[in-house]
Amino acid sequence: MADKLIYVMYGDDEVLKNSAKKLVSNGVKIAEVYSPFPIHGIDPIIGVKGTRLGIMAFLYGLTGLTLATIGMHYFMVREWKMNVGGKPNFTYAENMLAFIPVSFEFTVLCAAHGMAITYLLLNRTLPGMPAQNPDPRTTDDKFVMEIRLQDQSISESELDELLKNTGFEELEKKVIK
Amino acid sequence: MELTNPSEKFQITPKAKRFALSLLIIGGVLSTLGIILGAGEEHFLTRIMTNGLINAFFFFAIGLGALFFLALNYATEAGWYAVIKRVVESVALYLPYGIGVLGGVLLLITVMKGAHIYIWMDEEVVKEDHIIEGKSAYLNIAFFWIRTLAYFAVYLIFLRGFRKRSLLEDEVGGTEIHFKNYRKGATFLVFFAVFSSTSAWDWLMSIDVHWFSTLFGWYTFAGMWVSAMVVIVLTIIYLKKLGYLPQINESHIHDVGKWIFAISFLWSYLWFSQYMLIWYANIGEEVAYYVMRTENFKVLYFGMFLINFIFPMLILMSRDAKRDSGILMFVGIIILLGHWLDVYIMVSAGSLGVNAQLGILELGMLLLMAGAFIMILLKNLTKAPLLPVHHPFLDESIHHEF
Repeated sequence: MADKLIYVMYGDDEVLKNSAKKLVSNGVKIAEVYSPFPIHGIDPIIGVKGTRLGIMAFLYGLTGLTLATIGMHYFMVREWKMNVGGKPNFTYAENMLAFIPVSFEFTVLCAAHGMAITYLLLNRTLPGMPAQNPDPRTTDDKFVMEIRLQDQSISESELDELLKNTGFEELEKKVIK
Repeated sequence: MELTNPSEKFQITPKAKRFALSLLIIGGVLSTLGIILGAGEEHFLTRIMTNGLINAFFFFAIGLGALFFLALNYATEAGWYAVIKRVVESVALYLPYGIGVLGGVLLLITVMKGAHIYIWMDEEVVKEDHIIEGKSAYLNIAFFWIRTLAYFAVYLIFLRGFRKRSLLEDEVGGTEIHFKNYRKGATFLVFFAVFSSTSAWDWLMSIDVHWFSTLFGWYTFAGMWVSAMVVIVLTIIYLKKLGYLPQINESHIHDVGKWIFAISFLWSYLWFSQYMLIWYANIGEEVAYYVMRTENFKVLYFGMFLINFIFPMLILMSRDAKRDSGILMFVGIIILLGHWLDVYIMVSAGSLGVNAQLGILELGMLLLMAGAFIMILLKNLTKAPLLPVHHPFLDESIHHEF
């Protein structure tokens, strides 16, 4: 079914925030906001769900820790009992202290890279991916609010009425199939 | 948020007074009992002085940690902390008392020729020990006291200045005081950078006089900083429970929680760095320090490390936990005990070694000092309005949210 997208462009994040507040209090659902930087306090207004990136980071870290432990156990103890600085690795536990720095580093490495890649993937902003934002100026100094007409309980004319005095700079409507 | 009563002052509740007094009384009774039971024991005088040094240093360090935190916030021109500034000041204002107690204990130890704690104070020992003799250009009683008095004087002068300007700001306002605090805070940090290391060498590391570690000062400093942050957050939670400082919101508590979390890691990192390097190099004179601790204090030493590292790491990792007063209070009290144990092992493993005990006397003297500390902290809180009404960043701090 055809849907209509409404892009409302603002020149200031505070103006956009006030407008979003007004729209939401009138029952309008805002699909997305495109902005050159994170707008402080916009999440609760437009109802962005809390991120679960932290949980993923923990899991990636745990993966790194496990991999490092398995790897070092294999290289340093099981395959050949490496003797570094007069401290032969008879068991893993005995020379535990020597393995902690590597465990730590690998945990951080996996957590950081995993988190960064997940973030880029979820936002579809991996290098080379097509841009998602409706207007290139949202990476510079403009702020765009995206409203899907299908999501709304009010009619298009009512929505236009609501938007009228919110101080937007440009308004664009686009029909998608 | 409206400032309902900006010049509101804290009043000690009878309940808090009873609590502090009963700590003092129980501590006093237990200490006396410990002294009666232990009198005549071998090394008993050393044991008493060891306990004196542990508790004098531990509580002094809390005050000093708070003073450092205050200076740090001045030097970085932090805004968020303005609403908790008076709490930080009140903890730092324990310092004059802490200096009195620590100075007294150090004086007693000096009079007792080191009391087997600072064996380098005993000429007889130094004469027969080439290693100590080699260090005697730095480690001698006269220079030790010159340094100690210099530390005390600098800390007191800066504390007095910070407090005086803080109270003056309440009356006159403006930004002049703010910029003066900025300069003084940075100056204090320069002094503190050197003194926090050298004072740790003088007061704690010289107990194990044959041993040295260059990062010992940072290690001690991390411990004192985290203890101070815990006391600050416990005081904030207590004040909020009584209905004071409604301007402090979850975000402020979350921020202090983050400090506790982060500094616990700093402390663990330094503990591990010191331990692992010495363990790996395996040089006899360096390892001796750890052999004493891992063989005679095995459970306490590693238990203390687990408490101070694993505990805050696992429990305080999530955002919600750092915003929950109950969890913060629980973790805070446990790691405060953990850091007391850290100081306990630092001092008594060096002074008493295998003869160290953890009995009624130790508990009694800890409670006695804790009671006195709480009493002084409560008194300090009453001395000034809880909100620095003309702090230039107060408005920012009240609206602090993330």
